[in-house]
Amino acid sequence: MDLKTQRFAHRINGRPAAPGVALAPLVRLTVAKPEGRRSGSTGSERQALADAIEASKSDLIGLTDKVEDADAQAILSFQIALLEDENLSGPAFAGIADGQGAHQAWCAAVDPEIASCEQAEDSYFRARASDLRDLRDRVLRHLAGEIDQAVPAGAIVAAEDMPPSVFLATDWKDGGLVLRRGSPSSHVAILARSRGVPMIVGVDVEQLESGAEAVVDGDAGALIVNPDPAQRADYRRRLTEQAEANKAASSFSGPVLTASGEPVKVMINITGLAELREIDASKVDGIGLMRTEFLFQGRKELPTEQEQYQVYRQMTEWADGRPVIIRTLDAGGDKPIEGLTEKGELNPFLGVRGVRLSLRRLDVFRLQLRALARAAVIGNLKVMIPMVTVPEELDRCRVLFQSAVDELRREGCEAIVPPLGMMVEVPAAALTIEDFEADFFSIGSNDLIQYVAAASRDEPQLADLACPSRAIFNLIRHIVDHVHRSGREVSLCGDLAGEPGQVAALLDQGLRIFSVAPGVLANVRAAIARYPGKVT
Amino acid sequence: MNKLRASVLMRHEVGLHARPSVKLTKLAKAFESKIDLGLSPDGPWIDAKSIVKVMATKAPKDSTIYFRAEGRDARAALDALVTLVNEDFPDGP
Repeated sequence: MDLKTQRFAHRINGRPAAPGVALAPLVRLTVAKPEGRRSGSTGSERQALADAIEASKSDLIGLTDKVEDADAQAILSFQIALLEDENLSGPAFAGIADGQGAHQAWCAAVDPEIASCEQAEDSYFRARASDLRDLRDRVLRHLAGEIDQAVPAGAIVAAEDMPPSVFLATDWKDGGLVLRRGSPSSHVAILARSRGVPMIVGVDVEQLESGAEAVVDGDAGALIVNPDPAQRADYRRRLTEQAEANKAASSFSGPVLTASGEPVKVMINITGLAELREIDASKVDGIGLMRTEFLFQGRKELPTEQEQYQVYRQMTEWADGRPVIIRTLDAGGDKPIEGLTEKGELNPFLGVRGVRLSLRRLDVFRLQLRALARAAVIGNLKVMIPMVTVPEELDRCRVLFQSAVDELRREGCEAIVPPLGMMVEVPAAALTIEDFEADFFSIGSNDLIQYVAAASRDEPQLADLACPSRAIFNLIRHIVDHVHRSGREVSLCGDLAGEPGQVAALLDQGLRIFSVAPGVLANVRAAIARYPGKVT
Repeated sequence: MNKLRASVLMRHEVGLHARPSVKLTKLAKAFESKIDLGLSPDGPWIDAKSIVKVMATKAPKDSTIYFRAEGRDARAALDALVTLVNEDFPDGP
């Protein structure tokens, strides 16, 4: 059946690469093959290639001046560096000296590098093949005397692949992108995410025809050609919501306000430095949860004090005075770490995990506390202890912290005991919250929910038990009331805080600090801004 | 002249990919010494000033990077490169 002749709604599934939806006319790009160029003498071929490389370089430098975000500049400077590298151009000029045409010699030099990237095990390196192809084709276009292929503005563009430089030269307002090749870790996907352009990959674009109306659903990873009226209405509604969320996100500075005018803080949860590169620190209220597990996972030796210090220091510097809450190692449970967590526990979620493990592996814990005490000197760093059940655990951590600081000072190293808080995720701690001398609190809703409901969050059959319930919201209210009465702060850093549908219920309990994954910031802020105040 | 050597553990989230390799090769080119990079103490060695070669190492997260340098500013070059990797490729001035 020829899909090009179909006029009824047709859904094609791909893979999500950048979230959001777009509804616009479909435009399929075809690759213009530079050919028909006749080769000249060795001297003229050498000159032609040198000119094409130089012209490509000035294209890219020109594009660099136009783009403003760091990601785009990094991608372009990577291509410029490749063009300047004699290890890439050298073999091409050698090929010309051997009698090849400039076009053929350039391909012969670049294609093996593309092939080498494509063979990489790591998806990030495989994705670099697309940068090299972009670069190869730009030089080829200059050799053939062609100009850049123009991509129409505001369209849903379907193509085999899209080079980052073409993406950057296109006006994407209200548009979207559908590729057959590419992956969520390709440069073009990174750019699409940072600019809010919905994108999917893995779609057979051969069957698509320009001109049809289409919807790109970057959340579900689908393309809908000729959507029916009901689908159109549904996507129009999502577009409106998306526009509101984007507006809320872009107009945001300082604490976001509810519709009733109350300030709410929105912080982010992170696992490493890489995520911070994409986020402007002035747009968030700090880091509400840094999971240090990533420093310890998937490696042969545990991280040194110096290594940890460097990471904590850079995060604190990034935040520029805003709070950075670092959680000490929360290993065990669903996060085993080779050489550290207990093997063969019958019930790891109720076993030696979090602070229970740290207090049994003082060698490892001491190093982490030393690194944190050193980084605390630099800025607004706070430390949070996971899985606290009884007050004595927190008290012991404070004593250990003080002795780490004393030890560092004796060694002539600057160090302080930072504000020390705790996660509230064990029901016993939640129910006796007034007994804990923590400087601040953060509710870990993921574990709290499964411990309160006695239902594993990993058991699909129990999904309707392991979910937010009246029991959970009552407990949250109990914690928030007590903490606020005692003049301290409490945030919620579990997945619950990132669900826009639960935001109003959490605000109803008095919660005023949310800590969420960076990807849901805009939606959570929009949900907070819609909150009309508690209905009494 | 003897070759000076240094090594450093790379913690960069996604390994020695585009952005880190641009920074590393740019820094290496700022020195006149010949600088080699390898993923084991015995090589094989590649030119640390070539982004094509550096990318081709496909060094993943948690690789130890070995440098050797020969020339007038070899010591300074090694110190600068080790600092760059150790500090997780910060954005320079």
